[in-house]
Order: sequence, then C-alpha cells, then structure tokens
Amino acid sequence: MAILLFLSQTLRIAIPYLLAAAGGVVTERAGLIGLTLEGYMLGGAFCAALGSYYGHSAWLGLLAGVLGGVLLGLIYGVSAIRFRADQVVVGIAINLLAIGLTRFFLRLAFGSSSNSPRVPGFGGEQAGTGFGALATNPMIWFGIFAIPAVGWMLYRTPFGLRLRAVGEHPAAATSVGIPVARVRYFAAILSGALAGLGGVYLTLDQHQFTDQMTAGRGFIALAATIFGRWDPSRVGLACLLFAAAEALQIQLQGAQVVPSQFVEMIPYVLTIVALAGVVGRAVPPAALGKVPE
Amino acid sequence: MTTTSPDLARGADGATAPPRRTARSTASLQLREAVLPSLVALLVAAIVGDVLIVVFGQSPGAVYRLLLEGTWGNSYGFGQVLYKATTLTFTGLSIAFALRAGLFNIGAESQLAAGGFAAALVGLALPAGLPWIVMLPVYLAAAAAGGGIVGGVAGELKSRFGAHEVITTIMLNFIVLALLSYLTSAHLKVPETLHTSEIHSGALPRLADFIAAFHGSAANVDIVIAAFACGATWWYLFRTRRGFELRAVGLQPEAAEYGGVRPGRVWTRAMTISGAIAGLGGLNFVLGYKHYYEEGFAGGAGFLGIAVALVGGMHPLGVALAALLFATISQGGLAVNALVPKQFVEVLQAVVIIAVAVSVPEVRRLLRTQRRTD
Repeated sequence: MAILLFLSQTLRIAIPYLLAAAGGVVTERAGLIGLTLEGYMLGGAFCAALGSYYGHSAWLGLLAGVLGGVLLGLIYGVSAIRFRADQVVVGIAINLLAIGLTRFFLRLAFGSSSNSPRVPGFGGEQAGTGFGALATNPMIWFGIFAIPAVGWMLYRTPFGLRLRAVGEHPAAATSVGIPVARVRYFAAILSGALAGLGGVYLTLDQHQFTDQMTAGRGFIALAATIFGRWDPSRVGLACLLFAAAEALQIQLQGAQVVPSQFVEMIPYVLTIVALAGVVGRAVPPAALGKVPE
Repeated sequence: MTTTSPDLARGADGATAPPRRTARSTASLQLREAVLPSLVALLVAAIVGDVLIVVFGQSPGAVYRLLLEGTWGNSYGFGQVLYKATTLTFTGLSIAFALRAGLFNIGAESQLAAGGFAAALVGLALPAGLPWIVMLPVYLAAAAAGGGIVGGVAGELKSRFGAHEVITTIMLNFIVLALLSYLTSAHLKVPETLHTSEIHSGALPRLADFIAAFHGSAANVDIVIAAFACGATWWYLFRTRRGFELRAVGLQPEAAEYGGVRPGRVWTRAMTISGAIAGLGGLNFVLGYKHYYEEGFAGGAGFLGIAVALVGGMHPLGVALAALLFATISQGGLAVNALVPKQFVEVLQAVVIIAVAVSVPEVRRLLRTQRRTD
C-alpha cells in the first residue's frame, strides 16, 4: 500500500511538471528560451480560478486557464519575434508581469490579497485515494499524454521537423521556405497553453487560487527540460524523477532523514551538473535565444 | 544558448558606428540610443498604469499625485525611497557590470541574500559595542565575499564548462536560498521567527541621526557606500585596462581573444565582481535597517535590478538614477494603496522592463535608418 501511495503521490506532483515541461520542450526546440514557463503557469492558474468561479464549471476554468497562458505566450512572442527583444529580459519580465497582474486582479475580482474563494474542480483530489480516483480527473490524463503528444509532433510530423529546424538553424529554415516567425509564434502560443494547463491543474486540484501558488514549479519544469536534454521522453522521466524525490520527502517527513531544503535543491543541482557536462553534456538547440536576421 | 546577445552588451556604446562620421555626431547618436528606450518605456508604463487605475475605478491624476506626495513630498517617504534605492543601486550595478561583459546575471537575488547572510554571520561572532567605522571594512569584505562566491561559481561554470550563466544563476538562486534557509532555520534563527538574533556591533547610523526630518525612515549611511560603489565601478569599467578587456569581451569575445584577452578569465572575474557588488547590497538591510539576517529580505530586489540596469543604460550614473526611479515606484505603491491595490506598481515595473527590451533594438534600427537616408 505504501508503494501505491508513493506512486500515486508522485504522479500527482508530476502532472504540473509534465504539462509545463511539454511546453518547455516546444518553446526551446523552436529557439525561444523557456524562462516564461513560471509566468504562464501562474497566469493559467489564476484564469482557471476566474473561469471556474464565475462560470461554475471546471471545464470553463480549464478553458480560461489555457487562454491566460496563451495570452502571456503571445506577449512573449510579439516582444521576442516581432520586436527582436532580448529573450532573457522579456522572459524574466513576463514572470514579474504574471505575479503583478494576478495580484492586481485577485484584489479586483475576489477582493483578496491572498486567495480566491473555493472554486469547482474535477474531483479525485483527495490525497491517499489511490489511482482509482485519480483516473476520473481529466487533468491527470492531459498531464500523462502531453509529453508523448509533443514527442509525436516533434519527430513524426512535418511541422515538428520545421519547428526543430527553426530552433537549430533559422537561416537554413528560411532558405527552404519555412516561415520562421510563424513557427515561433505557434511555439510560443502552444507552450503558453501547455504551461497554462499546468497552472489550471494546481488551481482545480486545490479548489482555489493562492498568491504565487506556482512557487517555482515553472522553473522546475525548465530544469527538467534542460536535464532531459530537450528530448521529450527524457524530459518526461526527469519530471517523474523530480516528483518522486518530493513524494519521498513527504513520506519521510516524520523521519527527518534529510532536511526538506536539500530535497528542494535536487532538480537545480542536477540541472547544473547536466549543463556542466559531468555525465554526458546537455547541448541546447543551436539557435536558442538567437534573433534570426 | 550562446552568450547573451551582443545587442544588449553593446548598449549605449554603439560599437558599430558607421565610418565617416564626426566623433560628435556619433556621441549624440550613442546618447540618443541610450536614453530614448527608457523614455519610451516610461511612456508605455504610464499608459498601462492609467488603464489599470481606470479599471479599478479611480482617477489616474489623483493616484499619481498621491504617489508623488507619498514619496518625494515628505521627508519620511523620501527617506524610504532612498533606503530602497540603496539596495537597488547595488543590484542594478551588479547586473549592469555583468552585462558589460556580455553576461546575464539573473542571480543577484541570491547573491544579495548571501552577502547579507555572510555579514550577519560575522556580526554575530563579533563582541558587542565596537564602533561601526572600525568594523565597516570587515563587514564589506564579508558581504562581498558572500555574494562573490555565488557569482564566481556561475562564472567558473561558464568559463570552464560552457554552462550558460542565465540558467546556472537561476538554478543557483534556488540552491543558495534553500541552503541559507536551512542554515538559518536549523542553526541560527530566533524561535518563532525567520531571522537570526540581533547583531550588537557595527550597525550603520541612520540618516535620521544627522537630519532629524528623516525620523522613522530606514535610510542609512549605506547610501554613501552605494555612491562610492557607483564611482568605483565607473572607474573600473572605463579607466582601467581590465575594464577595457571586460567591455571588449562583452562586445565580441572572439575579437577580444584575438587581441590577447582570455574570455574565460574575464567571465569568471566579471561574475565574481558582479556577485560581490550584489552581496554588498545586503548590508543595507542587515547593518542599516534590522541588524539581523532574515529569510526573504531580498524581496525581489535582485530581479528588479535587471530593470534598473537596463533603464540605467548599463552606466553607473544611469543605474543610480534608475534605482531612484524604481524605488519611487515601489514606495509609491504603498502610498496609493488606499486608492488602488499596491500591486499595480508591480505590473508597471514589469511593463517597463518589457518596453525597454522591445524598444532597444527598435530605437537603434530607426535611428540608424534615419541617418542612412539623411
């Protein structure tokens, strides 16, 4: 039973990582740096609360959350593609923007500076109910299928080939007639939708939005994208690994084997190790962060 | 991911000035390229601010008037602006310094915290009652070392392994803040709080000790240290050989290498110094305000430093002015909270960053095409 509980808890923690990291793979493989994932998630989480509360439906919450992520993705896309702004600067600013906007509209829509009222969710969120209850929550299935779907798109469709070309060598892509800007816009929008969906999961699972509820999950997803070397299946495994470490920490909480802060560090330390190339070097898409001429 | 776009590092220098231009017209072009994006950004932010204020059902005029009155309009508010500007000057200077070397230091947040933590550690170990002027060098060294180590790790990871500094500094933020949280909570904190016990030696005098009108505000003599830091950074960047090498690497690492400069060395050095500058900012809170280290005292100043560095055109003088501007906006948020949620200034700050980033390449393109068609 303990094993089953551990596995279901791991899956539950991994869902937002899987969704946001799927967005991370899409945006980075197209050459747009994925620093914005955290902001997309936060925007998605807040809009999910708006939609679910005022629409009285978890599905409307989902729709609103995806739209919130897409909107932030579009701001990023227009700044970085149309105006050729530095992606790192805009990326950091999108995260700050998401924090500011969600706080401002939290006051405006719900009259609170900390959290929204209780909103409808999909159900199946009681901890310890095992896999049966999990399976009834459609968000779980979105999370499970997001990474395989992105992998299929990247490696099995003509569009995926174009997207990878744009991320590796935009000039060459242009020369064979691929509309580089349009592909990058699509990547920005899709990654906004996927990471926004990760935020939706958090809000609907906890039945409310709380200020800064994403708490760095977008950066863990970015860490998983890099640690998984931008390859969907490895990125998915990285998400599960990071989630398993957290689940283990929760299970061992009484035992105080390792201080929680050291468990928190795991994804970040592993990412630095991967980037430094101690065990097999992580090489990013060649045109990541570059502005095509 | 390659080195941060030379576009940004180039900044106000306009390294690709076309030939057959007089020095004076080039200088005026550089000045316009440096100043215009910031002006455009402030204009855009003002418009977005108006929209948000109207959405909340208030009048922009009244809100902005209250914002000015609560900051520059009275000596307490102004003291708070100076206090906030001091920390932002250090983080902005830190990020601007790294940008001059073509490096993006996203880690100022944790470097600031590490500097403050190191200073607090030293302070806790010292006997009580030593005069601040004697202890100041010790504290400066501790804070610089705390931030410098964090920055240096990122620099070394880049020059030795080619690990991109943007990612490593972000990851180091989380690692260092978690580590400091562990050290504080497990070993140092006063029960039921998030801070260490108080330091009894070397507290910096408040400005209120000299000018009574500042009474109650946290502004302290660290602002003088911030001014010195600006001057020293300017001197290093523009009047020393190492500063020249640093800017050369920032503009074009390959060319600098051809000229006999080792970019790897410069990267490590630049990140270490950048981290040290951010670390010094920790003294403002730890020695100047609360006299203890508290978890989360950095409070986003490391990220806001990015805005300060960009709006300040990556020049020490510009950084100081931009720090005043952003401190005014932050403090102003508190002043107008009765009319609109103070969070609206957070939106404004983000909008300023995006608008600057968008208008830097745009302004350059427009100015250059205009010259070509003259």
